[in-house]
Amino acid sequence: MIRLLSVRLLQAVLVMLAVAAIAFVMFRFVGDPVASMVREGATQAEKDTLRVALGLDRPVLVQFVNFVGQVLTGDLGTSFRYQQPVTSLLLSRLPATLELVVVATVLALAVGIPLGVLCALKPNSFLSRLTQATTLVGISMPTFVTGLLLILIFAVNLRWLPSSGRGDLVDLGLWQTGFLSLSGLKSLILPSITLALFQLTLIMRLVRSEMIDVLSSDYIRFAFARGLPRAYIYRRLALRNALMPVVTVTGLQIGQLIAFAIVTETVFQWPGMGLLFTNAVGYPDVPVLAAYLLFVGFLFVMINMIVDILYTFIDPRLRTR
Amino acid sequence: MTDTAPPVLDIRNLRVEYPLANGHTLTAVKNIDLVIRPGEIHALVGESGAGKTTVGNALMGLLQAPGKIVSGSIAIAGKPIDLRTGRTEGIVPGRDVGAIFQDPMTSLNPLFTVESQLCEGMLAHLKLSSKETKARALDLLKAVGLPEPERRLGSYPHQLSGGQRQRVVIATALACGPKLIVADEPTTALDVSVQAQILKLIRDLADERGVGVLLVTHNMGVVAEIADRVTIMQNGAVVESGSTREVLTTPRAAYARTLIAAVPPIETRLERLPVPSEETQVTLDARAAVRRKSTKSETGSRDDIVLSVRDLAVEYGGHSLIPGRKASVFKAVKGVSFDVRRGEILGLVGESGCGKTTVANTIAGLVTQSSGTIDFLSTVLGAKREKSVRKSLQMVFQDPYSALNPRLRINAAIAEPILFYKLASNADEARQDARTLLEAVGLPADAGARFSHAFSGGQRQRIAIARALGPRPSLLICDEPTSALDVSVQAQLLNLLKDLRDLAGLSMLFISHDLAVIRQMCDRIAVMKAGEIVELADTEALFTAPKHEYTKELLRLAPSLDRILSRQSASE
Repeated sequence: MIRLLSVRLLQAVLVMLAVAAIAFVMFRFVGDPVASMVREGATQAEKDTLRVALGLDRPVLVQFVNFVGQVLTGDLGTSFRYQQPVTSLLLSRLPATLELVVVATVLALAVGIPLGVLCALKPNSFLSRLTQATTLVGISMPTFVTGLLLILIFAVNLRWLPSSGRGDLVDLGLWQTGFLSLSGLKSLILPSITLALFQLTLIMRLVRSEMIDVLSSDYIRFAFARGLPRAYIYRRLALRNALMPVVTVTGLQIGQLIAFAIVTETVFQWPGMGLLFTNAVGYPDVPVLAAYLLFVGFLFVMINMIVDILYTFIDPRLRTR
Repeated sequence: MTDTAPPVLDIRNLRVEYPLANGHTLTAVKNIDLVIRPGEIHALVGESGAGKTTVGNALMGLLQAPGKIVSGSIAIAGKPIDLRTGRTEGIVPGRDVGAIFQDPMTSLNPLFTVESQLCEGMLAHLKLSSKETKARALDLLKAVGLPEPERRLGSYPHQLSGGQRQRVVIATALACGPKLIVADEPTTALDVSVQAQILKLIRDLADERGVGVLLVTHNMGVVAEIADRVTIMQNGAVVESGSTREVLTTPRAAYARTLIAAVPPIETRLERLPVPSEETQVTLDARAAVRRKSTKSETGSRDDIVLSVRDLAVEYGGHSLIPGRKASVFKAVKGVSFDVRRGEILGLVGESGCGKTTVANTIAGLVTQSSGTIDFLSTVLGAKREKSVRKSLQMVFQDPYSALNPRLRINAAIAEPILFYKLASNADEARQDARTLLEAVGLPADAGARFSHAFSGGQRQRIAIARALGPRPSLLICDEPTSALDVSVQAQLLNLLKDLRDLAGLSMLFISHDLAVIRQMCDRIAVMKAGEIVELADTEALFTAPKHEYTKELLRLAPSLDRILSRQSASE
């Protein structure tokens, strides 16, 4: 267990170094940072001073080491556009995205797993057919269409829910949450449904096919042959086996959602990291882009590690090694 | 065990049907009668598709969805099953009927401990406290002879060997004190030595606890070893039923006679195994054609050494992420040496995990050896092989169901290697060759237009053999080619392989765990244990005067119809 963990950590560090190298190259070589930082019509002397001040005159390797050192201390540079430290910029946007993703994931799991089980157990019932058909529509419709439709129905026509923004926020020091106010909660509903829909379909279909596989396995037939109660077999013996791949997929999906909630955030004008990223691409705000790259890389490495560790808890076969 | 006690199982006139998509119905079980008394082991024998498993499923209420009991009655311990609901008042599957499945590797849930799986049935049926259940679970594990039962309660299935898992499965079946146990091929997936132990365990449990056992099997040796009575089924109907001795020594029905005759005897070597249908003129003509083609490419005498393996060693693992540290290495094969001569069949026997398949895979180039040399037709085989070498070395795999590409027509599947090795000038000629090969293995030439799913296991294995013969190999590696097949089909295939060997000086490396099959097939035999060859001798010498202890042990444990029957008659 400890060996497995240490090997995983070592791999994570290597992956992060590679990501850092790419981010660094982007930072250093995509466009001239000096050119984009100085005012127009600056003299060559002014540019050189800035170049030295930024440490851009030193050898590339030294620069890289410095870059990694800065990243480790939490310094991700200064945004060209906002002229603020990128770190605080990211941190101010992170709560919005994380709250959205958490709500969307919980929604997807809470609805997707039971529906998947239902479709596996009663494939011919009306509800399973309805689910299968609607989720097919859900998965084939692009996110922005779903989002716009929801806005049209619930915000424009019915006027039940707000169409954009996070509503009233409660400040908890570093974290600004929308969970503690009514308008904040109402604002979460539409974007999280939009974001959850694809994930929900994926989880539903995965649970369904896994469950069908597991139910035809020998150990489930053996459980039936021992006359165990049906509910017990389905809920405890079969579902646990069927949920193994769901852990992996959910983990990866959370990463995907945090990193690429861009479309949903744009549609709902959600002040999260996706919006920050789209704006940075348009500007182009290279330090923000590089920091974003690092952050996404870090996120995926962490999630993969957590999934691996979770696996060893769920599956005893992985524990012995 | 008196005759006045009610039978634990009483099946009268049972009929099970499956409605098919085209409006017809398939009758899986046709009006069978079966009675089992307490403490009696009743074997239900037949080939795949005979309906024997359906009988077991019917009485456990496990029939798959469209299948249903149409008529007849089943009574367990004197209590009848309601045919409409499949349930019995007062009889609970699991509590009153225990089940043992074929494959112990898959019949236990991998995510739960032995204790949890043993206890859940007792908690559901017996309403015991968790403390009583645990004590009982411990007793059960002791009763089935699992070593270190206290520790094993906390184990997960993957921490146990196949034999240990089957013991756990048997303990689970016994947990609630059933009157009847349905054992569906309980030892088919196990090695001979483990099989012998498990059979003895089942026999003892029947004797001591008075449990009736319905033993579903296709293995006549197993039947002879432990069954009191036997019922032979064919196409859903009973063809013969009686005491084991009677049925096995003096079978009355014609089908029973052929089935028993098809069992390869371990005591003697037969030229050919008796099979119902022998080769037709078409087959013989096709074989003559195959022979003409092969002899064109073959030169050399029968004493030439085709394959020479020296000090072959294969290791798995050993790569570590942390530099300078060597991870644990598993030595699958440790210094194996042998020769195969032209036209010879060399047998490789041993229990699962002894490394015999690794040897085959290494020779075939699917695994790379860590040391040792393989000389094939006087060229040293390395990791990268000449096309001509790969052509001359073909393989037949164990499972005919996964060995054929389901999207390829049979003709195309057989013609593919012929074209690849440029043995035919164009596609038409290759297809013609494919047709000849199909006839040579005893299939009609027009079978080639169909896909593999249209064929039975035995037919698929014939197709796989035809495909392997296409490139006109010098050496054919057969890895357990008949272990997935019924006895009568096995007999036909073994005859076929022998015929093909005689055709063109084809040499074979024949791998099997079944000593009787090995005796029928091989000229010389290498016995493997834990990655080493412990004995290599001529077949007759090995069977009549085995030298190594392990060989003697294997021979002693192998179930043998004749030996058991003669022992029984001697004791009477």
